[in-house]
Amino acid sequence: MTLLLIVLIPLLGALLVPVAGARGRMAAALMAGALTAIALGLLLSLAPQVFAGEVLVSSWAWMADFGLYFSFRLDGLGLLFGLLILGIGLLVILYAAYYLSPKDSMSKFFAFMMLFMGAMLGVVLSENLILLLIFWELTSLTSFLLVSFWRHRADARQGARIALAITGGGGLCLLAGILLLGEIVGSYELSVVLASADLIQNHDLFAPTLILILLGAFTKSAQFPFHFWLPHAMAAPTPVSAYLHSATMVKAGVFLLARMHPALSGGDLWFYLVTTAGLVTLVFAAYVALFRHDLKGLLAYSTISQLGLITLLFGFGTPLAAVAGVFHIINHATFKASLFMAAGIIDHEAGTRDMRRLNGLFKYMPYTAVLAMVAAAAMAGVPLLNGFLSKEMFFVETLELQRFDDWAWLIPALATLAGVFAVAYSLRFIHDVFFNGEPNNLPKVPHEPPRWMKIPVEVLVTLCLLVGIFPAFTVGPLLATAASGVLQAPLPEYSLAIWHGFNLALMMSFVALVGGVLFYLSRHYLFALHARLLPGEFGAKQIFDKMIRGLLDAARWLTRLLENGSLQRYMALLVGAAVTVGLYAAAQHGAINFSMSSSSIPFNGVAIAILIGLILAGVGTVLLHRHRLPALVMLGVVGLCLSLLFVYFSAPDLALTQLSVEVVTIILLLLALHFMPQETMADSGNARRWRDAALAGGAGIGVAGLTWAVLTSPFETLSGFYLEQSVPGGGGSNVVNVILVDFRGFDTFGEITVLAIAAIGIHALLQNLVIKPNDPGRYGWASAKPPLLLEVVSRPLLPLALMVALYLMLRGHNAPGGGFIAGLVVGIALILQYLASGVEWTQARLRINYFKVIAVGLILSLLTGAASWVVGYPFMTTTFTYLYWPVVGKFEVASAMVFDLGVFLTVVGITMVILAELGKLSGPLAPRPVSNKEESR
Amino acid sequence: MEVLISTAIGFLVACGIYLMLRARTMDVVIGLTLLSYGVNLFLFASGRLVSNAAALISPDAAAYADPLPQALVLTAIVIGFGMTAFLVVLAIRAFGDLGNDHVDGKAGK
Repeated sequence: MTLLLIVLIPLLGALLVPVAGARGRMAAALMAGALTAIALGLLLSLAPQVFAGEVLVSSWAWMADFGLYFSFRLDGLGLLFGLLILGIGLLVILYAAYYLSPKDSMSKFFAFMMLFMGAMLGVVLSENLILLLIFWELTSLTSFLLVSFWRHRADARQGARIALAITGGGGLCLLAGILLLGEIVGSYELSVVLASADLIQNHDLFAPTLILILLGAFTKSAQFPFHFWLPHAMAAPTPVSAYLHSATMVKAGVFLLARMHPALSGGDLWFYLVTTAGLVTLVFAAYVALFRHDLKGLLAYSTISQLGLITLLFGFGTPLAAVAGVFHIINHATFKASLFMAAGIIDHEAGTRDMRRLNGLFKYMPYTAVLAMVAAAAMAGVPLLNGFLSKEMFFVETLELQRFDDWAWLIPALATLAGVFAVAYSLRFIHDVFFNGEPNNLPKVPHEPPRWMKIPVEVLVTLCLLVGIFPAFTVGPLLATAASGVLQAPLPEYSLAIWHGFNLALMMSFVALVGGVLFYLSRHYLFALHARLLPGEFGAKQIFDKMIRGLLDAARWLTRLLENGSLQRYMALLVGAAVTVGLYAAAQHGAINFSMSSSSIPFNGVAIAILIGLILAGVGTVLLHRHRLPALVMLGVVGLCLSLLFVYFSAPDLALTQLSVEVVTIILLLLALHFMPQETMADSGNARRWRDAALAGGAGIGVAGLTWAVLTSPFETLSGFYLEQSVPGGGGSNVVNVILVDFRGFDTFGEITVLAIAAIGIHALLQNLVIKPNDPGRYGWASAKPPLLLEVVSRPLLPLALMVALYLMLRGHNAPGGGFIAGLVVGIALILQYLASGVEWTQARLRINYFKVIAVGLILSLLTGAASWVVGYPFMTTTFTYLYWPVVGKFEVASAMVFDLGVFLTVVGITMVILAELGKLSGPLAPRPVSNKEESR
Repeated sequence: MEVLISTAIGFLVACGIYLMLRARTMDVVIGLTLLSYGVNLFLFASGRLVSNAAALISPDAAAYADPLPQALVLTAIVIGFGMTAFLVVLAIRAFGDLGNDHVDGKAGK
């Protein structure tokens, strides 16, 4: 539980900090600091158990079916990283409180910071690999927010974007790798994965798994060739760089290497991939660092190089190398964070980070200069400082590597070369900035920073010294615990002493120090040479930009290809794709088992006649489609055949619904035809028509085959429940209706809501509609007076129809009928009045606001459903009882009937809104058509 | 009988899709209506087809048709009406505003 709190407190802090921030700038910083301190305290309270060798795991099931658990783990490695994240986090918060200018929002900054901190803690404390990945991606996202914190600056936005693209892309690779790993091991829990090295490394999928996971680690830890995002991320505020880009986020990649070390390392593939990446990064970035003029640029490349060193160590795959790697993680975090903070102080007080202008600052800020010098010396690997110790261990490891016989000298030589570069760039950082003449045209006169801003640097530099002088007393136990957390095995023998006697490794350190000083002294020649050989910017950033451009161009090309604005083409592509996929699936699974023998529906003359009628009417609709009035008549025939079919196949409710909907639909389409051209122009040529016919035919054959397959396959239904429960549970014997208003009442409620929305949409579409004169072929029915006979007959029909509707409505629960059907019947009866007597006449007599009818219907349905809450049942539970009415007899009243009444009212309202609104436009109240003359304006 | 029913559904779908591929809004609306008939019939048929067995509970009934697809199709019919209505009005509005009834809103040749 404590473990969970450690992760949750910073995440919660992301919410609390802005709340505190409302009370003042410093309150936000205090809140952030206090929460970090609490989390640190909790972590320390668990530390004794970890030092005693325990692995703490807390687990909660999240989506157990997918192997996803909300599980956390604290072992030595997690403890080390947790301490780094929270400890340095605390220092960075203190530093940032003085670093940010009054223009920057403290609340926002610290909220992002806390979010990042929580995500980072999640990465290092996750037991479940998928959970780890979620936090991993969260660090990429929060880093995006932090790098682009000064979002008015283009370089900040660009830097954040590049960082997100690279680390986010790497995260996706990692996801794939983790999924493969989980597939191999059968669990995503680290405890299981770490114990399955043999299983993993002998699996066929090991190579892709390893490569994908390494891609995640290398992108995050800025290994070549993915390193370029880190220098661009330097546009971030310096506290962010000190925190994310030296101590925490970039360490996530090497953390992953350390975490997966027991499971993945040891084999040749691991060795070659990881050492190559590490070695190239180590040397290349150390070289580039020397030539950066930007203070933070130098530090960024030096960070990349040092991360390469750590990667290289883990690549060796030996236990001792892993110890050295962990040690260097600690040391690098301390000296690099303090150097970033020093760089931030210099930038803050001098107004620039350009080393060509920053010179001779020693006399302006001697105290800061001393701190920076100690940290830089640690970075260079000067004895008595922590960097020296881990570098010495590194050199020993390169010498002991027994992989290559004849080339055994190569890695130590390159390591020494990188050491030379490191000394040279450390020296440049100190000498160029603090000595080397006078400041060159600085924006402001530099001076020492506020007292509190120096404290974090002092703390870190003190640590560098203490670890460097008394390694065994200070860092010894933590290193041992962390290293055993990495290895998940007993530790090898190693010594943390400063003095190991004269040996080759000491010689390498000596060569690096002397060579570095010489290299720096000859820098003017080197700068000239560098400028001549590699003029201008070069490298991965340009390739990245080119790739992004290429991607965008390809996307545009594809969009133009598929999206030319023609709906007809989209439709054809859609149908074509569906037919193709269907054909492919049919080919895959072999032809459907077409057997005539399993035919279970007996042939019957009536049914055959209806079906043939259906087919003929459908084909007729297509053949006549260019003459719209006859086509609509044919469409009506199709609908009528359909309702007959429903009658024949025991679906009376469907038949009634289909019949009434058909009437309303055809009236609607005929009304629409009043406004639209009566004939379809011949738009498409013969080729297009044949293409469409082929597509349609393909789809039709596909659906027919599918239907046949469904009809002839064994049948199992879940309807037994509904049939059994309809009377005892729903109180009605018309099962279809009971399903609609009771079992699936919530669906029905959603449905009538959708209908109501459609009605509102239609109402909106018809506002301010201007109808231009129709084409000359239009029929003139609008002005024709309705036949007298119809007018006379229709009036007594209305009350009769209303009574039929009432009857259908009341009996709906037990016999064919119900709200939908009754509503449609009333709608038709009302429309008949409009048709027979004209819009004006009817409007004058039927002053009903149909929107109110819809609203009342919806509310009634909703309230009936909600009423069951009041009596303590789940939403839309129904109840019923029996009443005895004279004449009608025993008569059952269910609360579902009130619901059905709501359905009824809604359907009436909707039908009337749709048809009456449209009808109004065609009557004498219609907007006057705009004449041709007006139109030509 | 299954052959004939499958054929009828196939025909409805084919006719519907052919009309939906046409360039004029009214044809598309009619096509969509035909297609939804086909789909409704397919859904209905997926509950198997029997005669004289309406799902009305009574002691005399020997068998019942599957009521669940029927309930689904019933709402599908009504929703289909709502959709057709909306589409038709949209077509009218497009014709009123654009002066033509091409699906892409541009006048034909």
